[in-house]
Amino acid sequence: MIVNEKQQGIDRIISLLFWFVPLLITAIFIWILGDIVRGGIGQLNWAFLTTAPIDTGRQGGIAPILVSTLLILGVCLVVSLPIGIGTAILLAEFTSNSNWFGRLVRRSLDVLAGVPSIVFGLFGNAFFSKTLGLGFSILSGGLTLACMVLPILIRSTEAGLSAVPIEYRLSSASLGISRTSTLWHLLLPAATPGLLVGLVLGIGRAIAETAALIFTSGYVDRMPTSLLDSGRSLSIHIFDLSMNVTGGDANAYGSALVLILILLLINAIAAWLASKYNRSL
Amino acid sequence: MINEMTEIQSLMQIQQLSLRYQQKLAFQDITLSIPQNSITAIVGPSGCGKSSFLTCLNRLSDLIPGCTVSGHIQLGTLNIRNPKINTTALRRRIGMIFQKPNPFPMSIEKNITFPLKEHGIKNAQERDRIVEQVLQDVGLWSEVKDRLQANALNLSGGQKQRLCIARTLALQPEILLMDEPCSALDPIASGIVEDLIISLRQKYNYTIIIVTHNLAQAKRIADYAALFWVDGSCGRLIEFAPAEQFFNAPNHELTQAYVNGIKG
Ligand SMILES: Nc1ncnc2c1ncn2[C@@H]1O[C@H](COP(=O)(O)OP(=O)(O)OP(=O)(O)O)[C@@H](O)[C@H]1O
Ligand SMILES: [Mg+2]
Repeated sequence: MIVNEKQQGIDRIISLLFWFVPLLITAIFIWILGDIVRGGIGQLNWAFLTTAPIDTGRQGGIAPILVSTLLILGVCLVVSLPIGIGTAILLAEFTSNSNWFGRLVRRSLDVLAGVPSIVFGLFGNAFFSKTLGLGFSILSGGLTLACMVLPILIRSTEAGLSAVPIEYRLSSASLGISRTSTLWHLLLPAATPGLLVGLVLGIGRAIAETAALIFTSGYVDRMPTSLLDSGRSLSIHIFDLSMNVTGGDANAYGSALVLILILLLINAIAAWLASKYNRSL
Repeated sequence: MINEMTEIQSLMQIQQLSLRYQQKLAFQDITLSIPQNSITAIVGPSGCGKSSFLTCLNRLSDLIPGCTVSGHIQLGTLNIRNPKINTTALRRRIGMIFQKPNPFPMSIEKNITFPLKEHGIKNAQERDRIVEQVLQDVGLWSEVKDRLQANALNLSGGQKQRLCIARTLALQPEILLMDEPCSALDPIASGIVEDLIISLRQKYNYTIIIVTHNLAQAKRIADYAALFWVDGSCGRLIEFAPAEQFFNAPNHELTQAYVNGIKG
């Protein structure tokens, strides 16, 4: 009886702890969000989104920066999605767990996923900007980000593919359905939620990136006219305003708010896609 | 009895078939001829290689890593063991139903039309006609005709299994392999599927090979029966006979003990 009460006490403390940690995390998140909204909401209006920065960003808006950010992100996705899905299919469907090539690729990806972004920045600068002669450009930046998000994208898509039960493959084969159609109509749809998670994590990492972009896409804040122009991303703009420009804090907050809104929008789209997907099955 | 058996047309001849998973023999030296237009039941204790045996017949064994098969299987003029044959066409001729009902995560209708499209049936009206036909055949039409677009995963276990049978029938196979098709179902659903199997044999003269753990069921539906047994750690065929003889006057004492419920 006494042991039992003691046990109950311990249970209560532990479950309290389990409540406390997520509460703390949520509280910190809300606090940061609140701070940014409070500081940035005053800046946020149509003109801010549609005009160029004036006086190194103290005045004016963020139009060219927004465009550069979206272009960099676009290049990153256009390159990383097909390569990522292709590699994930190769790893999950065509190399067994014991295959040395598959093991090597998986191990390398896991190492790459943990490499600090500054290293990607230096690599991108050396390879895309110098060796390939792309210079400081949106293309260099997007390609560098693609290298950075690929490991996350590949591993989460592969996990999604591997999680498809063997029964689907066997029954599909027993109906005389080819491997390609099985992959296309059964396995990829089943892996889509995994892919979306990887995509959201990858975009999140890419859009928040500064270190990898400073050396590749540069920080020119003019409106880009082509992918070979240098372009400043939102995160670099925020960094620059808050660190290098005195009196830039208000616009830094405004830009941060825009960045967070974009992130939330991407999350919402992914969630919407996932639910639409489940319904249309 | 012997004469009667040789008179029956045999559809598939299996000779000295053995199967290994890596080094381990799953079954060995199985020789038997599957009679045409009849139900052959395979019974035997767990682990004697019944499921593995079925996977050789439609070459599904190709998909299992580390699985090697030896021996000979002849279907008409087709040598099933020939590595060069078109397995897609083979699997269309030999349909398979699994123990666990496993419809695809798609609509009820798509579960049937997807394999049809795969096999080149391009005409949508033709596909719709087949969908209705096979759903009628498995007795599912009246239950689902108003929700063909609903996700098949929301059907009950028995309905799922009948849908799986329907999508296999849609390809008009000659032979149906069934691996314990009723054992994951409740008694009522199981009875419905059992009646369905009998009606397929009567109405369409299907050749059916069914693995079952349920001796009473085997007795009710089978025209022929085979007993597999684990000898050492490897499966063997003990007896193959017309059901009448198998259940009432078996040649082998192991069969006698098994059908009387003394062993197994
Ligand atoms: N994929 C596999 N890899 C390795 N061994 C396997 C595999 N599948 C089956 N086996 C082994 O082969 C033997 C025969 O298995 P099988 O599933 O064919 O038996 P079964 O007669 O169908 O049994 P049950 O009645 O329980 O379904 C068993 O010893 C089993 O452990
Ligand atoms: Mg089995």
